[in-house]
Amino acid sequence: MIEPQPTEVVTPQRLMELVAVLHADGHRLVQIGATSLADGGVELNYSFDKDGRFSNLRLPLAAGNLTAPSITGVYFCAFAYENEIHDLFGVDVKGNKLDFKGNFYRIAEKTPFLRKPADPQASPPAS
Amino acid sequence: MATRTVIPFGPQHPVLPEPVHLDLVVEGEKVVQAIPSIGFVHRGLEKLVEKKDFTEYVFVAERICGICSFIHGMTYCHGVEQIMGIEVPRRAQYLRVIWSELSRIHSHLLWLGLAADSFGFENLFMASWRIREHVLNIIEATTGNRVIFSSCRVGGVARDIDDATLKDIVARLEGLATDLRNLGEVFLDDTTVKHRTVGVGVLTKEHARELGAVGPTLRGSGVASDMRQLKYAAYGDLAFEPLVEDGCDCHARCKVRVREIGQSIDLIRQAAARIPAGEIAVKVKGTPSGEFFARTEQPRGEVVYYLRANGTRNLDRLRVRTPTFANLPPLVKMLENCDLADVPVIVLTIDPCISCTER
Repeated sequence: MIEPQPTEVVTPQRLMELVAVLHADGHRLVQIGATSLADGGVELNYSFDKDGRFSNLRLPLAAGNLTAPSITGVYFCAFAYENEIHDLFGVDVKGNKLDFKGNFYRIAEKTPFLRKPADPQASPPAS
Repeated sequence: MATRTVIPFGPQHPVLPEPVHLDLVVEGEKVVQAIPSIGFVHRGLEKLVEKKDFTEYVFVAERICGICSFIHGMTYCHGVEQIMGIEVPRRAQYLRVIWSELSRIHSHLLWLGLAADSFGFENLFMASWRIREHVLNIIEATTGNRVIFSSCRVGGVARDIDDATLKDIVARLEGLATDLRNLGEVFLDDTTVKHRTVGVGVLTKEHARELGAVGPTLRGSGVASDMRQLKYAAYGDLAFEPLVEDGCDCHARCKVRVREIGQSIDLIRQAAARIPAGEIAVKVKGTPSGEFFARTEQPRGEVVYYLRANGTRNLDRLRVRTPTFANLPPLVKMLENCDLADVPVIVLTIDPCISCTER
């Protein structure tokens, strides 16, 4: 049986509202992950868990405007994920309470996981 | 305000088997703040999923870590199987439990040895690793390999273990009981060990939850959370409760791991007694299309595999969130206001696996 994993696509404003609600309801932040899309955009997945029940918020970011709000004001531990997303995908996370300014990952290549729009391997948006 | 100094800890340090870096801001001998950085050996293995056939990528997933390699492979397979709706044979599910728990035993024994080494108890280090050899011998006898098992496949497992060998495994593990009890007594009761671990690196229950701790780091702070409760593989058929300690310090995290070795042996005993006869794998037909977040419990805690597939033989995206990555924010908290001399012990109590983190 496939475990139910509800996903809600959100705007930045709605993300902040829901993150606050989930935090108040005792949900644990499981992870924040990024996926590069075919059009040069990036999709962020914010995953939560409460008593084994998994849920996900999805924030799509358009190419040319890879900016997302920080949730470190609610979940401080998000700083690690947000720095990772910045260093590997080039997403500018506004308001990260522990911003390493590109020095969290000591890697030689900048934003190695951000695909160019012409990359035939790039992911289409999830349906 | 006292003079503050920044002391670089790592990426190369005698206590660290792999490179991670901490900038330790100290006032005298007290650590005021610890700032981590990673990426010194980042391998980009997630990207390889775009080049490898989805059935072959399991061999790459197993190489993300040299200690919990089997569970990496199993978690990847679990994700693909969930997307494709593959019904894995029950016998294969039980075999996955047995190899997962053998992985946990040898990983925890490895950690106990490293912890003993970090506080200068060389004899205890050698005693831990001597017992671990017996477990590695069992793994080698059942998979042909000591660390990278190469036994998990999408749709099942590659090898069976016959009933006589299963009985022999249980007997051999039970034969380690005296050695394990003696080892556990030293770790939990010895004055010198307690001197280095009790009240050191405190992570309160509230902070553990708030900062996203996982695995023994979380359970050592009194939170009963273990991904095996999700009942993946055959865990749903076995009696299992997370082991919790509420000391919230290095000693509590040590205690969780000592007790979990016994729990893993019990799970193997249960699995060996209940394993059904039958096939160990099903043929995989078609290609995956969809997405899934696979979550399992590694020795260091919850690992998350996000898989996205588009109906071809290459996945679009694989993202691996490792337990060590999740335990970095709690580590930063544990190091606040600790003595400089305790930093190596505290760092080790999250059982850092940089190989995983630098997947």
